[in-house]
Amino acid sequence: MKKLYGIMFLLALALVVSACSSESSGSDGDSDSGESAKEVEIFSWWTGAGEEDGLLALIDLFEEEHPDIAVENAAVAGGAGTNAKAVLATRMQGDDPPSTFQVHGGDELNEGWVAADKMQPLNDFYEENGWMDKFPQELIDLVSKDGNIYSVPVNIHRGNVMFYNMQVFEDNGIEVPTTFDEFFEVADELKAAGIDPLALGDKESWTATQIFENVLLGVLGPDDYKKLFEGEIGFDDERVVEATEKFGKMLDYVNEDHVSRNWQDSGQLVANGDAAMINMGDWAKGYFANDLELETNKDFGYFEFPATDGEFVVITDTFGLPKGIDNPDDVKKFLSVLGSVEGQDAFNPLKGSIPARVDADESNYDQYGKDTMADFQEARLVPSLAHGSAASEGFLTKVNQAVNIFVTQRDVDAFVQALESAAPEM
Amino acid sequence: MEEVKKKRNRKFSKDQWTAIAFLIPSVILIFIFVYGFIGWTGYVSVSNWNTLVPDFSFAGLKNYIFLFNDFRFQSDLRNTLFFTILFIGFVIILGMGIAVLLDQKLKGESFFRNIFLFPMALSFVVTGVVWQWLLNPSTGFNQFLSVFGIKPKWYTDTNILAGYEWGSIEFGLPVAIIAVVIAAVWQMTGFSLAMYLAGLRGIPDELREAARIDGASEFQIFRRVILPMLMPITMSVIIIMAHISLKIFDLIYAMTGSGANFVTDVPGVYMFETTFRGNYYANGAAIAIIMLLLVAIFIVPYLWNSRKGDN
Amino acid sequence: MAALNIGKILKYFILIFLAVIFLMPIYVILVTSLKPLDEVSLESMWALPTSIDFSSYVRAFTELAPNLLNSIYLVVPATLLSALLGAMNGYVLSKWKFRGADTIFTFILFGMFIPYQSILIPMIQFLRTIDLYNTIPGLILVHVVYGLPITTLMFRNFYANIPDQMIEAAKIDGANFLGIFRHIIIPLSITGFVVVAIWQFTNIWNEFLFAVTITTSDNQPIMVALQNLSGSQIVQWNVQMAGALLAALPTLLVYIFLGKYFVRGLLAGSVKG
Repeated sequence: MKKLYGIMFLLALALVVSACSSESSGSDGDSDSGESAKEVEIFSWWTGAGEEDGLLALIDLFEEEHPDIAVENAAVAGGAGTNAKAVLATRMQGDDPPSTFQVHGGDELNEGWVAADKMQPLNDFYEENGWMDKFPQELIDLVSKDGNIYSVPVNIHRGNVMFYNMQVFEDNGIEVPTTFDEFFEVADELKAAGIDPLALGDKESWTATQIFENVLLGVLGPDDYKKLFEGEIGFDDERVVEATEKFGKMLDYVNEDHVSRNWQDSGQLVANGDAAMINMGDWAKGYFANDLELETNKDFGYFEFPATDGEFVVITDTFGLPKGIDNPDDVKKFLSVLGSVEGQDAFNPLKGSIPARVDADESNYDQYGKDTMADFQEARLVPSLAHGSAASEGFLTKVNQAVNIFVTQRDVDAFVQALESAAPEM
Repeated sequence: MEEVKKKRNRKFSKDQWTAIAFLIPSVILIFIFVYGFIGWTGYVSVSNWNTLVPDFSFAGLKNYIFLFNDFRFQSDLRNTLFFTILFIGFVIILGMGIAVLLDQKLKGESFFRNIFLFPMALSFVVTGVVWQWLLNPSTGFNQFLSVFGIKPKWYTDTNILAGYEWGSIEFGLPVAIIAVVIAAVWQMTGFSLAMYLAGLRGIPDELREAARIDGASEFQIFRRVILPMLMPITMSVIIIMAHISLKIFDLIYAMTGSGANFVTDVPGVYMFETTFRGNYYANGAAIAIIMLLLVAIFIVPYLWNSRKGDN
Repeated sequence: MAALNIGKILKYFILIFLAVIFLMPIYVILVTSLKPLDEVSLESMWALPTSIDFSSYVRAFTELAPNLLNSIYLVVPATLLSALLGAMNGYVLSKWKFRGADTIFTFILFGMFIPYQSILIPMIQFLRTIDLYNTIPGLILVHVVYGLPITTLMFRNFYANIPDQMIEAAKIDGANFLGIFRHIIIPLSITGFVVVAIWQFTNIWNEFLFAVTITTSDNQPIMVALQNLSGSQIVQWNVQMAGALLAALPTLLVYIFLGKYFVRGLLAGSVKG
């Protein structure tokens, strides 16, 4: 009998606990019902070290300037943003958008939410803040559709960077390659010396897609690269075939166990000298410098992906203004902090990216940051395919699948065919 | 039988209604959350909703036809088939084997039992990462195995054993799937072990004694007496493992992803990626419906059987 | 006698061999969690850390602690409610069978097998409609519902072993439906409750998909916080592994202390599959 009372007691406890928790969460959860208009909900997938710190610094800055507006940091973890996108999609479809949300500039924004008629144009807002000449024109183009601007870029990562082990280059008497021919020459020398020329970790296929997009850029050049993804040049173009062949040839020089590694694991190969180079977005710099404690320009160096000198593959996180929110003015206040020099300089040094503005304060950034900021102002900007800027995510999903198959089968015709048949979904 | 019926009828007045009232909340919840949502998914799977914006116009079987012609989905079906067979097989053999050993009244039984149960307490995501390291061809177990000159490529192996052309894929056992099976077996053996241990405890000692007196060897006792008595448990293990195996997602997502040439891809991973990364909602829904049908192939005969057994 | 000893030694040998293999992954998790990040690499996964470094644990604990309470608010009611509802269903479906009872059982049981990704979107929309989205009670509801099939199955099988005569005798003594449930069935099914509770506790504690999609930031349970430790691009594996061990502690304790009941309860619950 005692046991029975024990169970009853537990059940009673359970009910009390759930009642308590519903009370407590009820008071936090008001953002949904829109009762408290003075709240800005910032939706992102920034939860990791560095990026989360950056976001919090930005929020602190905002709260300092606008103490009357509450901020809710609604970050959704996991799957490099996939989980967040799932939640976002269901919220948008249920007409319950967050106040503002993270979205990659380019087609993820334009062909996604803008095409779905879920975003408000920000042209006047840009004018008010005098931003038209504070961001590079090619970047503004990336967050615009049909002449309307739809979001505010907060940071820039670069995709066409090769990181390399300086000791390995020195030991083998190798110079930085700037063309494909030089790259293959260098690769042969390294291979002969028993070093994997190129590190790859394509457990997730976007890393290989990233190499492919850089080869495409190298072969086509920035203008035709853009035209390709605007549909003005077909994927049956012979230069696409040429790029695919070069891509395949590059894959001959990667570490054997590439499928078993993610990009960090493959970065370690370069860090410890088993491999010489790795093509990675420049968040890899943060990994080398902060996490592996390597010294920039001493232990590891960086150069532009062969044949993409003077070109800059842009990966940019941006925030826009969704339709159907209660307090657009408060959200605009947040966006103006986000787009300000102070905001960008609060966020980017922590995140390890460079500011999207051209007039940010260089002294906040390390040497790599300074170099990249200089390049960013000079170089031609092109959108990244692998990170959802150059084409829709539907197309990207199919390209990743085709790349996955190509890496193993190396069937150039089948690959180009797959790109062609996916092209209508760009 | 007659008597029982009479009693039932007599009691139907109040208690039977209370009994039904007890069930109603569950039935309503299940009706909404399971059948309602399945219906919705089925509806999406025949729509044109393959962009961010919902588009419920009727597409017929277009999404299904696409999938059955798709290299990736054909690979998924092949992988799921072999994964399920191997996974269930090993979980049963290993679980039963260890249970028989532990049932020999050895010292430290609870110590060993806890070791084998331990992996169940970890989440699939952690298991996935650790096994990704352990079965990495250049480190992990291979650091030991290479001493003996063996260097399996584990999940990076793109070979298909005994493969032949089938549709657009090579049909056969993908070697890489074995690595995933090892990780899944490591995690779930504890469950079948506990079940078999319970089953063995339930077999009266007299039965074995009687067989021993009849001059049966230990092996014969196992085969003729114990094994048949464990049959119902084996059935339960098969059902529970089958539903885990057909739905498996986290483990593979964390451990190998889709694998080179999709040798370790499964419908759960494809569904998640195509829906939430590619915004192909209708395609994703179609995959879910096919997964559901696959599960039904296992479960409906089982349910049918257990109903017959009861009546 | 000698033969017996050899047999015994062989058995121990096999057990120890298997145990070592089973423990290897645990070893790797443990060693990794004690290393600073620059020592964490695939190549040195077996190596012991050069110096023991508890900073990953400190970091993981500070990050996970706020969400620990959420998990407890979630797991305790969800486990108890789904066990209670399962017990009620099992009781009715095994001892008060009516025409169509088996069909209803089949109907409930099928819910165990649906792939959860497929019902994610309608579920979020539904929770939003009933205003339970982004709340712990919403998450409790979901876990109770999808826990129902397995708890019903376990209790139904469990109760099938309780002789019908006991129920009949109680009825003759004038006990009604509820009286029998309270005074006979529940006291007899303590082990059943333990098994079901262990099972549900582990599953709900480790569940990620629902947790990440139904709750945001402050309301998220610990498994989501664990995932939050890794960023969108960089994963600190030492902190991740330390966090995984910390997050697994409650389930681990449950297994160690209730492991005996688990086996005992399974005996009652699953033999009659």
